[in-house]
Amino acid sequence: MKQLTVISGKGGTGKTTLTSSFAALAENATIADCDVDAANMHLLLQPEIIKTYDFTALPTAIIHPEQCTECGICVEHCRFGAIKEGFEIDSYICEGCGVCEYVCPADAVTMEYNKCGEAYESKTRFGPLIHAKLGIGEEAGGKLVTLVREIAEEAAPRNNCDTIIIDGPPGTGCSVIAALTGVDIALVVTEPTVAGIHDLKRVIEVTEHFEIPSLVCINKSDINDSKRKEIEIFCTQKGIKIAGEIPYDTTPTKAMVEGKTIVEYTDNSFAKCVIELWEEVKEEMQS
Amino acid sequence: MKITVASGKGGTGKTTVAVNFFLSVPKTSLLDCDVEEPNSNLFLHNELEKVKEVMIPVPVIDEKKCEHCGKCADFCNYNALAALPQKIMVFSDLCHGCGGCSLVCPNDAISETGRNIGNIERSFSGQFHTGLLNIGEAMASPLIKELKTYAGENTVIMDAPPGTACPMITTVEDTDYCILVTEPTPFGLNDLKLAAEVVREMKIPAGVVINRAGVGDGGVEEYCHQTGLPIIMEIPYDRRIAEAYSEGIPFVETMPQWKEKFLQMFETIKEAVR
Repeated sequence: MKQLTVISGKGGTGKTTLTSSFAALAENATIADCDVDAANMHLLLQPEIIKTYDFTALPTAIIHPEQCTECGICVEHCRFGAIKEGFEIDSYICEGCGVCEYVCPADAVTMEYNKCGEAYESKTRFGPLIHAKLGIGEEAGGKLVTLVREIAEEAAPRNNCDTIIIDGPPGTGCSVIAALTGVDIALVVTEPTVAGIHDLKRVIEVTEHFEIPSLVCINKSDINDSKRKEIEIFCTQKGIKIAGEIPYDTTPTKAMVEGKTIVEYTDNSFAKCVIELWEEVKEEMQS
Repeated sequence: MKITVASGKGGTGKTTVAVNFFLSVPKTSLLDCDVEEPNSNLFLHNELEKVKEVMIPVPVIDEKKCEHCGKCADFCNYNALAALPQKIMVFSDLCHGCGGCSLVCPNDAISETGRNIGNIERSFSGQFHTGLLNIGEAMASPLIKELKTYAGENTVIMDAPPGTACPMITTVEDTDYCILVTEPTPFGLNDLKLAAEVVREMKIPAGVVINRAGVGDGGVEEYCHQTGLPIIMEIPYDRRIAEAYSEGIPFVETMPQWKEKFLQMFETIKEAVR
């Protein structure tokens, strides 16, 4: 089984637009939406949920006021500043380490595990979709990404899928690392802007760090010719192939408003670029 | 006054709003808290100097004292320690620096050392600070917390990381107002709802900036009207803005009439905070 992750460093470069089109073009792929923090794939694929998995990560401390003697030892030991005035835990700040529970002489603290997200296995018009929703302000996005990937790896063979296409999160942090580890290839979507190039360079450092072969796609490629050339030079130096280019246009937005992928939307130059890109990616993935 | 610029989703124009706001309103300073991908200075072109290496404490095991009882590994909720029969392994990348392992060790075998997770840099004028997380590093929040200590006395604008997870919460926490940047599309609306829910729960007054106004549909406006979230500015879908952005030029420099709109937005925010 082959696994592809689409990442970007920067948000809003068109990862989901491309991944959803790949879902439409691939004949037997399982799709994993690993942008768990701002999942959007479901808006285009209208999934029918067939199974829900609860996600529990780290516990949160609770101080029980009836037992608390307000001695302040917990405040002294909490390195995250999560214990507010009146000996209340700020659950957004609490990292669930359990130090306060350990040091409390009055046994007034308990650590409580709450569900902090859900993962779903769904059916879509293009095959299985595994997606998730992280509870508001929850951390451990990386762990939820790992859960989504585990479900996808289990669901793919069951559905006779030989490919998993992963829509990755933006950035270079823990969720991105979780979405990349162990995949066969990464497609990095970038744009010819100063920020796009900056983030491309950062995310390529990540793929190199984890030794994942990469391809690049330039979105909005006609917005700035000299920046586009800069990307070409960078990729040549790094030995990274540019697998495709897509123009600056409102077509993806129009398709999105109708809940369609680009390749379903209309016969346009856009769809042609995406189809060519997918052919390139598929070939690289098989080699 | 502390104003954060957040968005739920990446690529909606947080940095564009933060930078142009900073350039339009006198006596403000700017913190780039998107430490995974700090982009503000790509538009400001400041020369930066490093002001601090941010460290988090990680455990060091004294093998002479350690009896391999495994209490430290049992305690660690982050799986940063693994107890083998003859050795305790430390995975410092996973460590959050809570200090629990050294507290529970019955033999005083654990001390701590600092591990660098990233740096804080500033412009020579001191009006701009940015954090830069090391590549491959998962701990953004401690770096953001440290960066926020450089806020200063002036009105400070903070460019938040995308999403609604802990790095965004760490940035928005304790601020006076949150600008939510979105696009008028179904994706933009979906992510705006998540971000709006966060700030509502954190009881931070907020307003919406619609970027690329004119594309998409009317879903965002409808949501704002229904939930009483004020729309405090609209930036049109304009190829000239996209081109200036691509070159790293803040659009208030090519279209100076926009400075007035940012000043007006600042007045709206001051009114809402009062």
